[in-house]
Amino acid sequence: MEYTAAQSGFRQRKLQHNMRLRNSSMDGSDGSQLFDDTSATGPGAQGVYRNQQAGPQAAGGLPGQSLLADPMSNLAMAYGSSLASQGREMVDKNLDRFIPISKLKYYFAVDTVYVGKKLGILVFPYMHENWENRFSPELLGVQASSALVWLIMEVLAVLLSLYLVTVNTDLTTIDLLAFSGYKYVGMILGVVAGLLFGKLAYYLSLLWCCAAIFVFMIRTLRLKLLSEAVAEGKLVRGARNQLRMYLTMSIAAAQPVFMYWLTYHLIR
Amino acid sequence: MAFTLYTLIQTAILCTNAIAVLHEERFLSKIGWGVDQGVGGFGDDPGVKAQILNLIRSVRTVMRVPLIIVNSACIVLLLLFG
Repeated sequence: MEYTAAQSGFRQRKLQHNMRLRNSSMDGSDGSQLFDDTSATGPGAQGVYRNQQAGPQAAGGLPGQSLLADPMSNLAMAYGSSLASQGREMVDKNLDRFIPISKLKYYFAVDTVYVGKKLGILVFPYMHENWENRFSPELLGVQASSALVWLIMEVLAVLLSLYLVTVNTDLTTIDLLAFSGYKYVGMILGVVAGLLFGKLAYYLSLLWCCAAIFVFMIRTLRLKLLSEAVAEGKLVRGARNQLRMYLTMSIAAAQPVFMYWLTYHLIR
Repeated sequence: MAFTLYTLIQTAILCTNAIAVLHEERFLSKIGWGVDQGVGGFGDDPGVKAQILNLIRSVRTVMRVPLIIVNSACIVLLLLFG
């Protein structure tokens, strides 16, 4: 009873084969018969097993047709294709309900000249300077990729310096990326102030943001990089701690430098 | 300065090549940066010099084969597309 259906089927086929051999040795008429004659002997269950054994053997001879001839896989294929078409219908209907795609295409059929003119109309009422020449769609892409490159290089430089000084921190790469992104707030504030109110406002707001970022970075990094004794306020003399202090200072000092460097050519 | 992503890739390839080219016997040992001069004490502070030497040696070991592949690809692309 522990035998699987296949094994019992095999056993019965072997038994039948042996019996047939004995029979054919007796009369020799059906010695060339390959399959069992299921119409004659056995209960219905044995016949089903033998059918399943005969099926794969037929499939061994013609592998291409068996997949289509098998009713189960036929049904599965039909079901799958109907499911896919149903799914696509549903997505199309819902998408069209939320986002009118055909209407959106109208809005995107613009070119650079049109955008430039629109920008000009927007800013002329309250701006005294003509900055149409300084801002264009190409410049935006160039600025963005340049800022991205500098960001990546800064993160790599900080990672390298942290590795060299063998600091055991729990700062991950993503943390460093986030810390490097803090200066963009100051940059944006400075640039916007400079565009709205002129060069003096740019320099003033940039100075304020630089000082703020400097203090912020020193406070944050001191907790992470230096040991607990120094973070509490005492100054521990030692080569390692001094090196770490220098590292913190240089990271914090690099932020205002970057802030100025990446934005000064926008205010001219 | 307008940097593109392509210049970043170029910079990375050039810097890695430069580090991988530093020969152990002919150059590094002569200036006191050989392998045997790096690992000093077994305390918890390897020091900056030991870290740098470790870094150079590991870059040379790990990036040798990938650099061969990347450099060959660069040469072929530059020959084809200028």
